[in-house]
Formats: sequence, structure tokens, C-alpha cells
Amino acid sequence: MSRISQCFEKLKADGQTALISYITAGDPEPWVTVPMLHALVDAGANILELGVPFSDPMSDGPVIQKACERALKNNVSIHNVLDMVRQFRERDTTTPIVLMGYTNPLEVMGYETFAQKAQEVGVDGVLTVDLPPEESEQFLPIMDKHKIDTIFLVAPTTTQERMAYIAEHAKGFIYYVSIKGVTGTAVLDVTEVENKTLQLKQITDLPIGVGFGIRNGQSAAAVSKIADAVVVGSTLVRCIEEHAENPEALPAAVAAILAEMRHAINASDMA
Amino acid sequence: MSEKIADYYDNYPDDKGHFGKYGGRFVGETLMEAIYALEEAYNHYKDDPEFQAEMDKDLADYVGRPSPLYHAENWSKKLGGAQIYLKREDLNHTGAHKVNNTIGQALLAKRMGKTRIIAETGAGQHGVATATVAARLGIECVVYMGAEDVQRQAQNVYRMKLLGAEVIPVESGSRTLKDALNEALRDWVTNVDNTFYIIGTVAGPHPYPEMVRDFQTIIGREARNQILKSAGKLPDALIACIGGGSNAIGLFHPFIADESVAMYGVEGGGHGIETGKHAAPLCAGSPGVLHGNRTYLMQDKNGQIIETHSVSAGLDYPGVGPEHALLKDIGRANYVSVTDDEALQAFHDLTRTEGIIPALESSHALAYATKLAPTMTPDQILLVNLSGRGDKDMHTVAALSGLNFEDQK
Repeated sequence: MSRISQCFEKLKADGQTALISYITAGDPEPWVTVPMLHALVDAGANILELGVPFSDPMSDGPVIQKACERALKNNVSIHNVLDMVRQFRERDTTTPIVLMGYTNPLEVMGYETFAQKAQEVGVDGVLTVDLPPEESEQFLPIMDKHKIDTIFLVAPTTTQERMAYIAEHAKGFIYYVSIKGVTGTAVLDVTEVENKTLQLKQITDLPIGVGFGIRNGQSAAAVSKIADAVVVGSTLVRCIEEHAENPEALPAAVAAILAEMRHAINASDMA
Repeated sequence: MSEKIADYYDNYPDDKGHFGKYGGRFVGETLMEAIYALEEAYNHYKDDPEFQAEMDKDLADYVGRPSPLYHAENWSKKLGGAQIYLKREDLNHTGAHKVNNTIGQALLAKRMGKTRIIAETGAGQHGVATATVAARLGIECVVYMGAEDVQRQAQNVYRMKLLGAEVIPVESGSRTLKDALNEALRDWVTNVDNTFYIIGTVAGPHPYPEMVRDFQTIIGREARNQILKSAGKLPDALIACIGGGSNAIGLFHPFIADESVAMYGVEGGGHGIETGKHAAPLCAGSPGVLHGNRTYLMQDKNGQIIETHSVSAGLDYPGVGPEHALLKDIGRANYVSVTDDEALQAFHDLTRTEGIIPALESSHALAYATKLAPTMTPDQILLVNLSGRGDKDMHTVAALSGLNFEDQK
């Protein structure tokens, strides 16, 4: 069983909702990424999404776009991101890590080379936002061979028929994009999220994570009632932007935000 | 005839939108249903006689088609080789080939019941052509344009505004066409229910490369008939400039099975390929995935897209339509580049010898003609796509000639 599946099983047994954090690797400085990851885990993150910077992040809003620009100013490549995972694993061998990003850096590195290296350093899953199952014919068997879960997105526009098609190809969990829009731009509609999540649950046994539009403890708690996992991204990245000139303060700053979310989710889980 | 060419029209794209290993549908999940809906609508209407009739009427009465095929005798004599014919897309309403495509997509948008149109634009020609059809349909139009291009194509920005479009300058990344495309895709994701995205070139996710190509092949179909009628034979070579590649594919596609016809796509060589400051992915790039399709890209060794340079805003793009990537790999078309300086020289040459002021984009095709024509004989024919007129480039050319446009006496 993959580290991601184990994580969800354990949380389920404890009656807890998973909290997934997203930060972009190398933003604002490469050295602070691994300390931030540890701080996020200490503050209650169960799964870590680590963004692979890309020059043209078409599905992201201005917040994550700028994070990519800051990381790329530091020349952070996919190789550096894999190195960060290796460093993280020196101290933490249990928290699952998902690399999130766009197809091109993986395409240029080569799927096989990437998968081999990713498995070796301890990556558990990969989410490439512009690689739908339709284009994954070569990608999927290679990731499978190297035991890397392929996580796919489901959107408000996804039909029921298509949900089933996506679920067939997904591993680890399914990521429900809770708004029509790019990351970090709108606040989600809880009723709509509930409807779609229930639809998904009829189709698949995979855990459902919900992200895009979770800003604070209140929205995190609302989503935790419905979903198996709550994903927090732009809110953390906005905090990173604010502290870009003072990166030493970042591990504590992002941890504080995540702790508030964890607290709200726990309160809701207990209720 | 080689096997790949014999089956070409049947095989490309396949039903997944692939041109060999290129093309495809590389977009975020939110847009997948939208591109399937568009594909379904396009497949339905492309063979619908009523749709075709409406488009033909618009192209004739509104755009002014067919565009003439002009024998540039002065210039042919001056270059001392092949007879040069110019396909006069510059004479279309709005001044370039772009309108052939926006007419088609606008008719589709209307039938799909969309109430809002968005577009990206580089030189502004596609933006103007989109604003024009939106004005005629009376629906909201938003055009994304790189902030750098807003500056160098100020006249087209004003034209779009006159036509009622909102022009949004894009400040991210390199502030040119690729960033405008990113921003338009973000808009589409956000407003997918009521919005039709009119992509201006043969790139983007399937079905855009196929659909835009089909709308632009009117260029090649007309040119083929016209040259057979006036010269009694097929041309020996075709030349067209390539940014995303829509005017080139529009000219090339109907000639692909005519294997005696050589094809040259001319990319923006900027300051020269060797300087790295250019916009020539087919000449100097490598395959990758950007803006919904797999194709040749200008990128670094880590798969990050690199900034391009061309004097011509319409060529300043790091990718290229996937069908050109295929035509390159199977060797059916040749892809070359000319520098900014060579394009400018051709701009002035054509203006002075034929009294036609070409767009800077088209001047790249003309510049390659000045190289190719002298290697050919006077009984041979070179057909060049004059994709647009140069009115929009007055400021750029004047500034490059050291002239302050506003202060001239």
C-alpha cells in the first residue's frame, strides 16, 4: 500500500480529516523550503504538496504565478525539487509528498528518468494539472512501475461520466477543484462542493481532497465535514510572498496558518 | 508519393487531436468539457450547408474574398530569378488573414449560445479581427495583450477599443503573446459557462489547431486555383511566415499532396539564431508541452519556456502549431529563419518596388523570397503569402529608422 493510502487509512480509523498543504519549491529561497515542510508537518499537515515551478502556470492565479517567478529567479529546476525531497526524507520518512506542477518539466526530463529519481528520493504522488488521462497513456504505466500515485483533478464542469473515467486512472486520492477558476481567486460554494463530492463517492472508493478556495479555518472546517482531505495552497503562498524579504521567519509563519486550519478541522471532526 | 503524404489528409489529426506525436489536449480539467463541447459543435457545423453558406457569404461580402493573387513583376525582375506571386491577404477587411478564422469561430460562438468572446493577441491583428466580429454580433469582447505589445502596437489597441472591446494588458512573464495566451486561458477557466475563446492561431488544445487550419485553408485553396488559372501550372515553392503558423498552414495545407511544390515556413530570426535572441522554435527549439499541445518550443534544459525576441510582435511566440512540428519531422515542409534586419530590408524593398507596404510579419516571408528567388529560373514560380499589411507597423519602422513619428516635418 502506498504511503498516501496508508496515511488516509490511518486518519480514517482515527476519525480525522487529512490536511494537505501546498507550497512552491524554492519560493522565496531554496534553502527555506525543507524547513517549511517540516514546520508544516509539525503544525498538522498530513500530506505535503510541493509545487514544481513552471514559467507558464496557466491554471494558477496571480499568487502562485508570482511564487513560480520567485522560484525561477533562483533557477529552481525539477532536479532541485527532487533534491529537496531527498533532504526532507532524511528527517521524515512517513509524511507523503506529492509533486504538483505542469507537464513540460517532466516531459523534458523524460518520464522514466523522472519516475526513477522520484521513487528513489521518496516522492509518493504526482499531480500534473495539464496532463488529463487522455494524454497519460505513456505516463501512467511508468509512474505505476515506480509506485508513484497519479492524482487527477475533478472540476465543477466534470460530468458524471467523465468522473468515472478519471477515477479509473487515479491513484492515491482525487483532487476536487472546488471553484471554476484559477487557484486562490474565489471562495468556494460549500453546497456545490458537497453535491459533487457525494457524486464522486458513489463512483470511487478513493479519498476525495478538496482545494482551490479554502482561505481560513472556517472554510477548512466546512469542507472537512464533506471531504476526506482539505487542501490549503494560495493562503500559505500569500504568506510566503509577504515574508519574501525575511525568509527566516517563514517556517513559523506558515506553521501558524496551518495550525489554525488544523485546529478548526479537528474541532469540526470532533463535533 | 511517400506513404505519409498519400494518407496525410486522412490521418492528421487523429480523433484525439494528434498530429503524429504532436498536438493533443493538454489542459486543466476545468476546460476539458469546454473543449469537447467545442469539438462536437465544430464537427457538427463544419459540414452543415447553412453554416457554410453563411460563412461563404461573410467571407465574400464582408471580408472581400477571394483575395487577389498578384504577379509582382517589378520585384521578380529585380531579384532576377523566379516569378514571384503574392497572395494578397493584406487586402482583407481588417488588414490580415486573421479575419478568415474569427469569422468562422464567431459564427460557431453564436450557434453555441455564448454571450462573451475572449481572445489573445500579439501584433493586435487577431485582436482587431476578433473585436470586429464581436462588434458585428453585438456581444462582449475582452482581448488579452502583452503589456510590451500594447506599447509597440498602440494603433491596434486603439482600433480594438473603438470597436468596443476591452483590452487588458498582461504584465506577467515576458509581457508578450505567450503571457496573453496564459491569461486568456485563465479567463476561460473562470468564465467557461458563457465564454467562447477565439484562439488566433493553429495552436492550443484540440480542436483549435484543426479548426483554425480549416478556416485558414481558404488561402491555399484560392491560391491553388488562381495560380493554375493564371500561370497554367502549380508553383515550384510556397513561402509564408510563422509565428503560431496560421497563415502558413492555411497556404500549405491544400498543397501538401502536390509533392512537386516545396514549402518554406519562415520564423522570426530576431538578432540571429546564434545569439539566442530569436523566435524560431522549429529551427532551434525542441519538443515539449505548452498551451494545450505538444510541439516544438523555445525552452531551457529544465523545460522552462524562454523569452523570445522578434521585431515583429506577431512572430514573438515560443511555440508553434503542432501540424508544423509534424510537417518538419516528416520533411514535407522546410523551416528557416530570417533576422529582424533582413525582414526590415524586405519591408522597404517591396514598398519601393511594388508600392505595397507589408506587415513586419509578412516581411519575413518576403525576405526569404529575396534569398530563394535568385537561385531559381524565370520560368519557375514562387508563391509568397502576404499575410498582412504594414499600417500597424509604421511606428516601429519609423523608430528603427531613427525617425520620431510625431515630429516629422
